[in-house]
Amino acid sequence: MYDMKALYEAQSVEHAVALRLEHPEAQIIAGGSDVLVQMREGRRAGKELISIYMIDEMRGITIDEDENIRIGSLTSFSHITRDPIIQKYINVLGEAVDQVGSPQIRNIGTIGGNTCNGVTSADSASTLHAWEAIVELTGKKGVRRIPIKDFYIKAGTVDIRVEDGEIQTAILIPKVSYESTYGHYIKYGMRNAMEIASLGCSVNVRLSEDKRTIERCRVAYGVAGPVPMRAPSAESVANGSTISESLLEDFSLAVLNDINPRNSWRASRDFRLHIAVEMAKRCLEESIKRAGGVIE
Amino acid sequence: MNQYKVVHCNINGKDVEKVVDVRASLTDMLRNEYHLTSVKKGCEVGECGACNVLIDGEAFNSCIYLAVWAEGKHILTLEGLAGPNGELSDIQQAFIDETAIQCGFCTPGFIMTAVEILNANTLYTDEELRKLLSGHLCRCTGYENILRAVKKTMYQRLGKPIDF
Amino acid sequence: MNKVGQSEVRVDGYDKATGRTKYYEDRMPADALYVRIKHAEKAHAIVKSIDTAAALAIPGVVKVLTCFDVPDITFPTAGHPWSMDPGHQDVADRKLLNTHVRYWGDDIAVVIADNEVAAMQGVRALTVEYEELPFVLDVQKAMEDGAPQLHERFPNNILKHTSNRFGDYQSAIKEEGLIKVEGWYETPTVQHCHIENHGCYAYEENGRIVVVSSTQIPHIIRRVVGQALGRPWGDIRVIKPYIGGGFGNKQDALYEPLCAWCTTQMGGRCVRIDCSREETFVSNRVRHAIRFHIVTWLKKDGTIAARKVECFSNQGAYASHGHSIVAKAMGSFHQHYPCPNMEEDSYTVFTNKPAAGAMRGYGMPQASFADESNIDECAHAVGMDPMKFRRLNIMPKGYKDNFSGNVNYYDTYRECMKKGAEIIDYERKIKEYQHQSGPVRRGIGLATFWYNTAVYPISLETSSNRMLLNLDGTVTMQCGETEIGQGADTAYAQMAAQAVGLKSYKDVHVVSCQDTDITPAGLGAYASRQTYVAGFSIKQTAGLLKEKILKYACEVTRQAVANMDITDGNIIRKGDGQVLMSLKELAMTAQYNPVHSEHITAESTYTIRNNAYSFGCTFAEVEVDIEMCKTKLLRIVNVHDCGNLINPALAEAQVHGGMSMAIGYGLSEQLIFDEKTGRPLNNNLLDYKLSTFMDHPNLEAYFIENPEPTSPFGTKALGEPPACSGAPAIRNAILNATGVAINQNPINPHVLFAQFSKAGLINDPWQEKEG
Repeated sequence: MYDMKALYEAQSVEHAVALRLEHPEAQIIAGGSDVLVQMREGRRAGKELISIYMIDEMRGITIDEDENIRIGSLTSFSHITRDPIIQKYINVLGEAVDQVGSPQIRNIGTIGGNTCNGVTSADSASTLHAWEAIVELTGKKGVRRIPIKDFYIKAGTVDIRVEDGEIQTAILIPKVSYESTYGHYIKYGMRNAMEIASLGCSVNVRLSEDKRTIERCRVAYGVAGPVPMRAPSAESVANGSTISESLLEDFSLAVLNDINPRNSWRASRDFRLHIAVEMAKRCLEESIKRAGGVIE
Repeated sequence: MNQYKVVHCNINGKDVEKVVDVRASLTDMLRNEYHLTSVKKGCEVGECGACNVLIDGEAFNSCIYLAVWAEGKHILTLEGLAGPNGELSDIQQAFIDETAIQCGFCTPGFIMTAVEILNANTLYTDEELRKLLSGHLCRCTGYENILRAVKKTMYQRLGKPIDF
Repeated sequence: MNKVGQSEVRVDGYDKATGRTKYYEDRMPADALYVRIKHAEKAHAIVKSIDTAAALAIPGVVKVLTCFDVPDITFPTAGHPWSMDPGHQDVADRKLLNTHVRYWGDDIAVVIADNEVAAMQGVRALTVEYEELPFVLDVQKAMEDGAPQLHERFPNNILKHTSNRFGDYQSAIKEEGLIKVEGWYETPTVQHCHIENHGCYAYEENGRIVVVSSTQIPHIIRRVVGQALGRPWGDIRVIKPYIGGGFGNKQDALYEPLCAWCTTQMGGRCVRIDCSREETFVSNRVRHAIRFHIVTWLKKDGTIAARKVECFSNQGAYASHGHSIVAKAMGSFHQHYPCPNMEEDSYTVFTNKPAAGAMRGYGMPQASFADESNIDECAHAVGMDPMKFRRLNIMPKGYKDNFSGNVNYYDTYRECMKKGAEIIDYERKIKEYQHQSGPVRRGIGLATFWYNTAVYPISLETSSNRMLLNLDGTVTMQCGETEIGQGADTAYAQMAAQAVGLKSYKDVHVVSCQDTDITPAGLGAYASRQTYVAGFSIKQTAGLLKEKILKYACEVTRQAVANMDITDGNIIRKGDGQVLMSLKELAMTAQYNPVHSEHITAESTYTIRNNAYSFGCTFAEVEVDIEMCKTKLLRIVNVHDCGNLINPALAEAQVHGGMSMAIGYGLSEQLIFDEKTGRPLNNNLLDYKLSTFMDHPNLEAYFIENPEPTSPFGTKALGEPPACSGAPAIRNAILNATGVAINQNPINPHVLFAQFSKAGLINDPWQEKEG
């Protein structure tokens, strides 16, 4: 039995917005794999909850009229992994969320919840950053779309305007991000399942037609700072460069200009820096291979 | 004031309804309202898998699933697996035969995940099976015989010779 | 056909596979009141006051009891047999709730409510005023003069210091040309992590207190509850249903005494205490972190000239099992690798950490890690293959330990190593893995372990048994040695069927649930003793039952008792094997005979004054990704000699579980504490890295079956041994792969990063700049 003050169950997006305006102090609960755990721990004990879990219109993956891949915020991780659109265009996202917690957590956990909790270790977040995802928010003023990097404000805080009754309704991957683009995600954990990332690294590349040059590279991290982040210095090293062993070295060392992991009992800064470089290298290498490139 | 709601669902093949405190987890509802005590509590925060049940065919940790979300759902617990006269299903028999059970506390959750895996009618590799079963912690078996039990049943169902 | 030695399916298999098995919470009365414990949020402090007003104002809260309300009685908690010698009794050092807070998580108050949420809210609503005291977490710092004191009676926090001296170490090390191999070895605090948390409920019935608990030791709990409440022991009745694992944590009085006291404060209403996982990690028991200092002096031929071992055992805040654990660890060294000149010292020291108690292996996972790490280095120091070095120095056949009287009847160690080496292809791989230089390297390692069975001669070993002949010719059997998941009931059924002469182990109904009002007194499940110890009383009681059966049969069949026997459920005439009557016919006749009616039963106690060695080894093969600081376990093989196997399938399964625990001990598990506050940081199953399904290779378990001569069934310890040698085998495999000797476990990525950096295997050019 949870120490919950009240539960409001939203039947539709519109209803959720109305409930949010009516109960601005209430916590939104999607799958609950974070919120309920925190409530059990006592951190969110005694709170009111607005459940959006039953809003089926917020589930599913489609390609919209602008050719964005549109992922309903309540789509569970396991459904993302199994989805044919994801498998075809951004398989790396399916692979990343297939490393969240455990099979049962992947059945309940949603991509919306994973991003709205604002934590840097979320397995979906680094990949969504690397694919320059757009976050769709729906409130009393209608729909607002913002780049995911602007969505994250600080650790645990995201740009959702409670005063407007906003809830996150979808995550979009623009065509410009996914077209002819291949990526790889490495989650660094202390064990191989039931794990929170010590560091997450997601890289994707688009190669030139002859597969010798990286036309466009994106790299993003989780747990390399207070919120998920890109590594722009490393990206600029790769962008337009010819594929080579030394590029892998230069690229991976360049991430050190961008990331700023902290010391915590979970891992030291030095350790995180060390594996961040190695993971960047391995992710880029694998991304190039997946894109059909060869490293000479 | 406590808040209550009538939750209608199908549990182990039977349509049922009960008035439930909205603060209840599905574990609370199944154990306390329906006396389905195969649903075990090992952590109550979704980390051990002992409370796992199938909801519309997918495995969920019922401890972090609100009881009110069960509305309209089909829920299967271990109690619903054996036949009407107590006949064991193949996977239950395999857990017994392969010595996959020791203290028995993780067993119900494991078997329910195994049901979801087997229902996929897919021949998984050992590595895939390990990943599919990784949402359950067990301290007695080292997982070894659980893998054997699931693998054996998977091969049997697919009509293939077992290759241990 | 023999009933023992067969891989029969578990007697509780059907119920467990269908979810019918009832654990304590499944038997909970619906009206039980919820007791939630307020745990101190200081590592060391005196509670000055607790403001309960806000908690009492919460609807549903019925009572708050604090450390100022409990009886002024200190009691011991260890699940040891009672000793009639006050000098050997366990240390009584805690109250039901404590004003002197000795660790972060100590029990200081309870809130009793009619629902779970109100109880939780009540605990959060308590305001505690503390007088903070300095605290100490490190075992050796706690021994220093001026260190914070936990218990007045124990200066420098030393609970106990014991020593062994053999030969003359100081003179022996003066011999010229000896090679010195010295190391400090550090083992971590870990927790049992049985999947069912401890919990219990209590109520009064006819003026007595009934406690139903998830425990391994119902009869001992009865005594401890009596002590803690100052009540005659007969006033207490303890019932143990099926439990979801124990591994030693539940070989301690956990919350049974507090629960029993709470019911007395509620007019005998039923009260329940259910530990959360977070509480289980901190406020139950943990495995002792032991620091070892080993100095080994080797002759050029590789034999050991002298050895010095110092063990510093971190007891945490309360004595629990106390010194017995490190004493066992220390005592293993001179037996495992006998050498003429040895000095052994062990200290058990209080610190402001959770209380350490029994955990699978009882000091031996720690000792094995240190001993087998040092031994591997010894082998390297004299340029000898690690297995060859062990074969040269390990306990020989015929060795006798003068203290326990144990004899190494077989050349068990060498047989086990030989078998393991063949299975894993040790000789070939150790050659193959020489001279690697790449970023990913493989290695192979081995470790052996020392173990014995049961607690004789340190403590009493006794087992009682009752057998009833049922009217259908089956036998109902009861004993105090508990089923905790290991399969004891099945082994008992097999042994009893064999001893009585029944057709099948299914003809023995083992009453799994112990009830101290009904079950013959026994000590419970611990010390890997169940099969060994129960074997004596099963054999003896079966003999008595047989005697009674045959005596009655004599009246019916007119055959001399000496001329009859029981086989396959029938009474037969020995001379020609003629079946005279079935046990069913005999039982019915005896029960319903209008002239001489008899319910045939037998009951007896056997005092065991033997102990038995139980040895084995682990071979591990690893792949180390140096840059990623990761170890992948490729293969792990355990070989055990636990005598005759009563049930090979169950034995194998039990070894798997121990191996799994050893893998976690070697690579990932550690309960960690904030150095600044003493607060536990990872007391949940997400942050405490118990091995998952994906962290194991296949677990390979093998046996050598040398019958144990002291056991009526030729069997000996197996429960704990599999947890002992896995971690050092992995450690030695990492050493073999990388050349880096790591003297601490778990060998997780943090440790590998530090050690590989130190060894120059990892070079981060920017680290210096970072400073």
